[in-house]
Amino acid sequence: MKISSQVNTEGFSTEHWYQVGRPALMVGGLLFLVLATVPFWGSGLVVDKLTTLFVYILLAVMWNLLAGYAGLVSVGQQAFLGLGGYFALRLVDIGMSPYPAFIVGALICALVALVISVFALRLKEGEFAIAMWVTAEVIRILVMFDPIVQGETGTSLLAMNQYAPELRRNINFWFGLLVVAGMLGLVLWLVNSRIGAAAQAIRDDEEAAKSIGIRVMRVKQIIFVVAAFGCALAGSLWLASSVTFQPRTYFGVQWTVFMLFMVLVGGLKTFEGPILGAIVFFLLQEFFGDYGAWYLAGLGVTAILFALYAPNGIWGEWQNRKGVRFLPTGVTLTLKNKE
Amino acid sequence: MTLGSTSVIAGIGIDKHYGAFQVLHGVDFSANKGEAVGIVGPNGAGKTTLFGVLAGSTAPSAGVITYQYTDITATNAAQRCHAGIARTHQVPRPFLGMTVFENLLTAATNGAGLTGYEAEAFAVRALIQTGMSPLANRPAAALGLLDRKRLELARALATAPKVLLLDEIGGGLTEGELHQLVTLIAQLKDDGLTIVWIEHILHALLKVIDRLVCMSEGRVIAQGHPKDVMSDDEVMKAYLGSELEVAL
Repeated sequence: MKISSQVNTEGFSTEHWYQVGRPALMVGGLLFLVLATVPFWGSGLVVDKLTTLFVYILLAVMWNLLAGYAGLVSVGQQAFLGLGGYFALRLVDIGMSPYPAFIVGALICALVALVISVFALRLKEGEFAIAMWVTAEVIRILVMFDPIVQGETGTSLLAMNQYAPELRRNINFWFGLLVVAGMLGLVLWLVNSRIGAAAQAIRDDEEAAKSIGIRVMRVKQIIFVVAAFGCALAGSLWLASSVTFQPRTYFGVQWTVFMLFMVLVGGLKTFEGPILGAIVFFLLQEFFGDYGAWYLAGLGVTAILFALYAPNGIWGEWQNRKGVRFLPTGVTLTLKNKE
Repeated sequence: MTLGSTSVIAGIGIDKHYGAFQVLHGVDFSANKGEAVGIVGPNGAGKTTLFGVLAGSTAPSAGVITYQYTDITATNAAQRCHAGIARTHQVPRPFLGMTVFENLLTAATNGAGLTGYEAEAFAVRALIQTGMSPLANRPAAALGLLDRKRLELARALATAPKVLLLDEIGGGLTEGELHQLVTLIAQLKDDGLTIVWIEHILHALLKVIDRLVCMSEGRVIAQGHPKDVMSDDEVMKAYLGSELEVAL
C-alpha cells in the first residue's frame, strides 16, 4: 500500500450499470414487446392473471426501493395503494375519464406523500414503520367518511362499464404493462443516479452521509414520494381490474405482508429480486390462495425463514453463488497505469 | 488567541452537556488558513465531541462556531460539508453496501458538488492520494479496520475540503505507513488546506503541526508551540504515565 502525494488522474475508465446491463436491458425490452402482444393471442384468463401479476410486481419493486435501497422500512404502504384507488374514484366522479384519472390520482397521491413525509421521515426505524401503519389506518377511516365510499360497504367504479368487457380487460393489461415498464425504468435509473447513491449511503450510515454533504431529508423524500406514486398506480390498476372499491381491502395490512414476502423471498436490495418474488408470490396465490388464514400464516413463516436463513433472497443467494450480475448498480473503475 | 479575526474555523465559548454530564466547558478553539493544528489529550477529554461540534453533527449547548468570518452555529453537517469542512470518524463509518470507489464518488458528487467525469476524476484523485487504488472495486464491507480508516480519509478528501478534521487516523499503522500518511498530510497543508488532527501518536503529529492544543476533562489546558505545550506542567500532569513520556 502506497500513499502518494503525486497525483495523476489521467488514464482511468469507468464502467456503468447501463454498459454492464446492456444484454439484460435488451432482453427486458424484448420481453416488453412480446408481452404487449399477449392480448392478441392469449386467452382472457391469461390477460387477467398477468394484469394481477403487474400489480404485485409494482408493489414489490416499490417496497424494495423504499426499504432495500433507502432503508425506510414501512408497514403502511397500503395507504398509498388505497388512496390511489380512492382518488381515481373521486376524479371519475367529477367527470374525468378513468385512465387519465388513474394517472392524475397517483400524482395527487404523490403530493399527499410529500406532506406525510415531512413528519414521518423525522422518525427513525421502528417508529417510522409503525407511524406509517397508523397513517394508513387514519387515511382509511377518513376515506370511509366520504359519502361516495359508503363506509364499510365501498363502491364501484361504474364508469368502467363504458368499455366492453373484452376491451376493458385488454386496456387494463396494456395500461398495467406500460405502468410496470415505466416504473421499472424509473427505479432502475433512480437507484443508479446520484439520488440513489445518496439513498444507499443514508441506508448504510446516516451520520456519515450527512458528513459528506448528503441532504438526507430531501433524498429520503424523493424516494418516499416515488414509492408512494408507484403504490398508488398499483391501487388504480387493482381498481381498474376489480372495479369494486372497499376500504378494508384496499387499506388492509395484508398488502404489507405481501410486499414483505415478495421482497424478502425474491431478494432485498437487488433490482431483479422483487420481480422474481412477485412471480413466486403470484404462483403461490394461484395454488394456495384458497386456504385462507393458513395460507397467510404460511406466507409469514416462509418470509421469516428467508429472513433468517437466506437474507439475500432467492435472487441474491443465486447471484452470490454464481457471481453474476445482470443489472448491477454502481460503477466499476479501471486504472490504466496500475501501481 | 486569534478568534474570528484571522481564523478560518473557530469555536468560541463552546459548552456541551448531555443532561447533567458536561463534556465541554467553554472551549475556545481556532485554526488559521493553511495552519495545521494538533489536538492531544487523554481519552474522554472531549476532543471528538469538539470535532462533532465543529463539523455540525453535534449541536453545542452554548457557544458560537464561525467559518470564514461567518457564524455557522445554526447550519447542519451537510451544509458545513458543502462549505468546505470535512471530517473523518474515529470509528470508521463506511457505506458498507458500496465499493471503495463508489464511497468516494458519492462524496465527490454530494460533498464537492461535481458530476460526470469531473466527479469520477476527483474520486480517482482521492483514491490515488490515499493509496487505495488496488482496492477501488472492493466492497467496503470487505475492508479491514486499517483500510476503513484510510477510506475515511479518502472520502473526506473527495468532498473537496478547505478544512480537514482528522480523528485518530494514524492508529495501528506501521512506521512506513505512518511516514506516508505524514507526507500526504504535509502535502495537503502545502496545498493550502487547514488541518486539525486529533492523534495519540505524537511523533507523527509533531512532524506536521504548527500548533498544539491539549485538552483535558472538557477544557483546553494549554496551547501554542508544540514544544512549549508539551513541557507545560498541567499537560504533564494530565498525561502522566501515558504516551507523552514515550514521545519525549
